[in-house]
Amino acid sequence: MPDLLLELRSEEIPARMQRKAAGDLRKMVTDALVDAGLTYEGAAEHWTPRRLTLDIRGLTSRSADVREERKGPRTDAPEKAIAGFLRGAGLDSIEQAEVKSDPKKGDFYIAVIEKPGRAAEEIIAEAMPGIIRSFPWPKSMRWGPASGPKGSTYNGIEGQGGETMRWVRPLQSVLCTFGPETEDPVVVDFEVDAIRSGNMTVGHRFHAGGEITVRRFDDYVGKLEKANVVLSAERRKDIILHDAKDLAFANGLELVEDEALLEEVSGLVEWPVVLLGEFEEEFLEIPDEVIRLTIKTNQKCFVTRQRISSPLDGEGGSHGEPGEGGSLSNKFILVSNIEAKDGGKEIARGNGKVVRARLADALYFWRTDQQDLPDLDDLKASADELGLDLSKPLDQRMARLDHLIVTFHAKLGTQGERVRRIAALAEELAPIVGADPAKARRAALLAKADLQTEVVQEFPEVQGAMGKTYALLQGEDESVATAIEDHYRPQGPSDAVPTDPVAIAAALADKLDTLTGFWAIDEKPTGSKDPYALRRAALGVIRIVAENGVRLGLLPKIRFYMSFHLMRDKDIENKLRNWHELFDINEMPEEEWLQSYRRVLGPHAKEMEERFPLELVSKSADLLSFFHDRLKVYLRDQGARHDLIDAVLASGGEASLSPRAGEMPGRAERGEDRNGEPLSVGSADISPARGENQQQNDDLLLIIRRVQALGNFLDTEEGQNLLAGTKRATNILAKEEQQGLSFDQPVDPALFEQDEERALFEALEAQEKAAAEAIEAEDYGKALAALSKLRGPVDAFFDAVMVNAEIASVRANRLALLHRIRNAIGQVADFSKISG
Amino acid sequence: MTALHLDPTRSFQGLILTLHDYWARQGCAILQPYDMEVGAGTFHPATTLRALGPKRWNAAYVQPSRRPKDGRYGENPNRLQHYYQYQVILKPNPTNLQELYLGSLEAIGIDPLLHDIRFVEDDWESPTLGAWGLGWECWCDGMEVSQFTYFQQVCGIECAPVAGELTYGLERIAMYVQNVDNVYDLNFNGGEGDDKVTYGDVFLQAEQEYSRYNFEIADTDVLRRHFEDAETACAAILTAGEPEGEGGLHACVLPAYDQCIKASHVFNLLDARGVISVTDRQSYILRVRNLARQCGEAFLKTEAGGAGKVAA
Repeated sequence: MPDLLLELRSEEIPARMQRKAAGDLRKMVTDALVDAGLTYEGAAEHWTPRRLTLDIRGLTSRSADVREERKGPRTDAPEKAIAGFLRGAGLDSIEQAEVKSDPKKGDFYIAVIEKPGRAAEEIIAEAMPGIIRSFPWPKSMRWGPASGPKGSTYNGIEGQGGETMRWVRPLQSVLCTFGPETEDPVVVDFEVDAIRSGNMTVGHRFHAGGEITVRRFDDYVGKLEKANVVLSAERRKDIILHDAKDLAFANGLELVEDEALLEEVSGLVEWPVVLLGEFEEEFLEIPDEVIRLTIKTNQKCFVTRQRISSPLDGEGGSHGEPGEGGSLSNKFILVSNIEAKDGGKEIARGNGKVVRARLADALYFWRTDQQDLPDLDDLKASADELGLDLSKPLDQRMARLDHLIVTFHAKLGTQGERVRRIAALAEELAPIVGADPAKARRAALLAKADLQTEVVQEFPEVQGAMGKTYALLQGEDESVATAIEDHYRPQGPSDAVPTDPVAIAAALADKLDTLTGFWAIDEKPTGSKDPYALRRAALGVIRIVAENGVRLGLLPKIRFYMSFHLMRDKDIENKLRNWHELFDINEMPEEEWLQSYRRVLGPHAKEMEERFPLELVSKSADLLSFFHDRLKVYLRDQGARHDLIDAVLASGGEASLSPRAGEMPGRAERGEDRNGEPLSVGSADISPARGENQQQNDDLLLIIRRVQALGNFLDTEEGQNLLAGTKRATNILAKEEQQGLSFDQPVDPALFEQDEERALFEALEAQEKAAAEAIEAEDYGKALAALSKLRGPVDAFFDAVMVNAEIASVRANRLALLHRIRNAIGQVADFSKISG
Repeated sequence: MTALHLDPTRSFQGLILTLHDYWARQGCAILQPYDMEVGAGTFHPATTLRALGPKRWNAAYVQPSRRPKDGRYGENPNRLQHYYQYQVILKPNPTNLQELYLGSLEAIGIDPLLHDIRFVEDDWESPTLGAWGLGWECWCDGMEVSQFTYFQQVCGIECAPVAGELTYGLERIAMYVQNVDNVYDLNFNGGEGDDKVTYGDVFLQAEQEYSRYNFEIADTDVLRRHFEDAETACAAILTAGEPEGEGGLHACVLPAYDQCIKASHVFNLLDARGVISVTDRQSYILRVRNLARQCGEAFLKTEAGGAGKVAA
C-alpha cells in the first residue's frame, strides 16, 4: 500500500503553535482523505520551527466505485416533479432512469448514479490547497507581491488582493510525494498561491546548503538528519534534557528541570546543542525564583543548582522540582541551534552577557524594592487612611497603590478600595477561622502591596511570593507574611490551600470579595468563558473550607459583601461597616436583617428598598447556587455520588420546612408578616421556604459532611431498606399532590384503625425527635441511625395497611402519616433524588 | 583589511556605513534621518506613509530615536534616551527577505556558524500609529539585535502589498561586535589613542542633559499646549489640502504628518514627566492614532500613495 509524505515548509513558526498545528494538519488531511473514500493504516505528524510534516502510511491508491440509487416520483407524477427529479439526479432525460414496480405504491422512477473511484493523487491534489488556505492558525498574515491589490504586478507575480493566502508566517515550499514502497513515489502535483508542490526541501538554515530531493518518509528523515535537522520534537526534547543533565552533572551541578521551557526551546531549534553559560556570583543575592524567571522568560535558558546528592547516586539524583535540592548556582544552560566552529565559546559568552544585563536589572529592582520611595509625602493621606506605617517599604508600596488610583475593574473601583474591603472582611472573618483579627487585617492590607514592587511589575508570576519575602525583610509577623503569599491560594485543583488561620481569613476575604463583586456587576462565567477565574475562586473557597474544617454560613457574608459592591458609595460603605459591628448577621434571619439594614442606612433606605430585594437578594441567591454547582463538581471529583449531593442540597427544602400545623405556629405568621411588609417588592419571588432552605444549605462544610454521612448510611442494609420504604411513601404522596392535594395536617391518632399505623406513628414521634437532636448537634451519622429505626415500622405499615381506605378521613390521615415520614427523612436528605 | 574607521567591528560609523553599502547593493534608496524627534525609525514618513498604497518602495536609513522615559542620566551602560535605529523597508517584501537580512549580519561581521542566530516570535504593534505586523525578534547569542516585521496594517489601513520592515538596534550590535560592556565605551570613529572618539565623547553629556530635561525641567503645561496645537494644526493642514473634486489628489499630507509626529513625541515627554494617568494615557494614544489614521488616508489620495494609478 502506498504512503503519503507531506511537508509544509515555512519561515519560523512560533514555538507555542507548532505542536497543535501539526496535529491540526494530520486531522484535516486524514479527514479529507477519508471523506473522499480513502482509507489509511496510520498517520503521524512531526514539526520543527520551519516545517510541519505529515507521514501517512498504507493509504489506498483509489477510492472505491460507488453506486447510488435515488428514488424518484411515480411514473404518472406531474411533469414538474419529474423535471425536478432529473435535475436533482443529474440526468438528461427520463430514459436514463429505471422504472421499479412496487405492489403498494405502483411504478416509480429510480436514478442509478454511478461514481467511479478516483485515484488517491487526484483526491490529495484537490484537497490540499483548501486545507493549506484554511489552516486554523491563531494569528495569520499576508506577505509578498501576492498581497498587492488586484491588477498589480510585482516581479511577474500578480496581486491577489483580499484573496491572497494567509499563513502564520510566509509559506516557503510544499513537498508532497505518494507511492508504494516498491516503486518510485510520484509528486502529487498541486498549486497554492504560486507555490507548486514538489519533492524538494532544505536542511538546516546554516549548516546545510542547497535543496534536498526526497522520495518518501524514510529517506526524508535520514536526509534531514544529515542536513542537521532533527525532525522529531520528542527526540529534540530528549537530546536537550539528556545533554543538559549531563553537562550540569559534569560541572558538579544539577539541572532545574522545566517542562514548559523544554517544550518551548525544542520549538526554537532544529539542531539542538547544549552549552553552559555563567554569570557573576554576586547576582545570587537575588531570590532564586526571580533569577530563574529572568533567565527563563527573557533568555529561554535553564538554571542549575548545587548538587546535594552524592555523585554516586547517578542519574536518579538529578531529578527534582525547582525549589528542592541545593541553592541556585551561577551557571545556566542554554540551547543553541548550531554546532559552532569554536565549540560554542562565543555563543556562551554572548548569552552570558545578556543574562548579566538582565540580572543587573533584576538586582536593581530587588534592591529598589527594599528602599524608601522618593515621594513619601504624597502618600501620607493614603497611609493614614489605611493605617499604614510609612517607615516600612511594603507599606509605602501599598500606600502608593492606593494613591495612584490604579483601577481594578472599571465597575468595581480601584485596587485601594478593593484592599480596604478585603481588609475589613478578613478582620471580620478572623474569629470564625480562629485567627487574630489584627493580623488578618494587616495581612490583607499588605496582600496586594507587592503589585507596586519593581520585581512583580517585571514578573507578575511572583506576586504573593515576593510580598512574603519583603514582608519578612521588614519584620512582619510570620503568619502575616505567609498570608500575603497564601491569600492567592489555591491557584488550581492541585495547589495547596492555606492552612494558617490568618492566611485562611485573607484568602477567603479576597475570594469572596471577588466573587460578590463580579456577581454584583453581572460578570458571571458563561460556558467556557471565565476571564476573571471565578470558578477557580469559588472552588478555592470550597477547598479552604473543606480542607480546614471551617464552619461558615455563606449567605449572610455574601449579602453583606455584595452590598458593598452594589452601593458603591463611601458614605454607605462606612455606615455598613459600623452597622456590622452592632449585629451578628450570621445569626439573624433574613427579614430581620433587612429591617436592620433599613434602620442603619436611614436616608439611603429608599434606594435600598428599590434595589435590595431585587438585586441583593437575588444576586446573592444566584451566587450561592453557583457555589452549590461548584461544590457538586468538587464532590464528584472526590468520588461522591451526584444524586446524593442533589438529595442533600434539596433537603431542608419545602417538604421539611413547611410548617407542621400546630407544631410551629410562628413560622406561618412570619411568612405572612413578610408579605405584608412595604420592603417586600421582590420578596414575593423569594418564598420563605426557599430563603430558609438556602440559609440551611449555605454552610459548605456541613453539606459535605451530610453527603459523606448519607453515603455511608446507604452502604448499609438498613439504609437501602429505608430508602425503599421512603420512596414508596413519597411516590404515593406525590401522586396525590399532583392533584393539588396537601397532607401536611397533623396526624390524628384517633383515626388509626390498625396497630401498624400506631406503631409507625410512635416510632416517628421518637425517631424524628432523636434525629432532630442529632442534626442540631450536627451529627448526621447519628441522625440517620435514628431514622433507620423507622425501617421496621415503615415496612410493617406497607405490608399490613392499605393507604387507600374507604373512609376519606382515615385515608387522609394515613397520607398525613406518609407526609410525616417524608418530612422526618427530609431533615437530612431528599430521598426522592437518590437513584436505586 | 578594511580601514579601521570603516570596519563594522571596530567603529560605530563603520557599522552604519557597512549597512548602507549592503542595502544600497540590494537596491534600496539610502535616505537620511528625518529631521524631527521620533520614538522609532518606523515614524519616518519613509516608512509610515510609504508603507501604504500599491507603489514599490525600497529604502534604508538611520533614524535617531528618542525615548524620554529610558533616560538614565548617562549612568546605565545599556539604556539611552537617544539612540540610533537602522531601518530598512522593502515593499512588497521580497520572498527571500530572511536571507537578505542574514546576509546583512554577515556583512557586519556576525558569522552564523560562530554565532547562534534565531528568529523568535514577536508580534509587533504600535498603538499610536495604528500599526501592527507579524514577525520576529532576531536573536544573536541570546541578544535581540533586530526586529523583523511583515507590516499588515499601518495608520489603521491594510497594507497592500505587505512591506517587510527591518529595524536594527545599532548600539547593541556595535557593543556586541566590538565586545564592550558599556555603550559609552564604543569606539565611534575607529581611531586609536588620541584619535579615538568614543560614543561617550559624542553623547554622554547629551544623555545627562536630556535626562534632566525630560524628567525634571520640561514644562508640562507648555507640553500639553503643544500637544493640543499639534493636534489642531494636523487637522487644519489636512483640511486645507483636501482634494478639490472627486478623484482629485490631496495636496498637503506630509506637513500634517509632521504634526502627528510632534504630538507623539510631546506625549512621550509628558509620559516621562509622570503626569499622565492610566486613563489619560489611553486617550492620548487614541488621539495620536486618530491623527495617524487621517494622515494615512490622505496619503492614499496622493501620487506617492498610488492615487489615480495602479502599481508600478
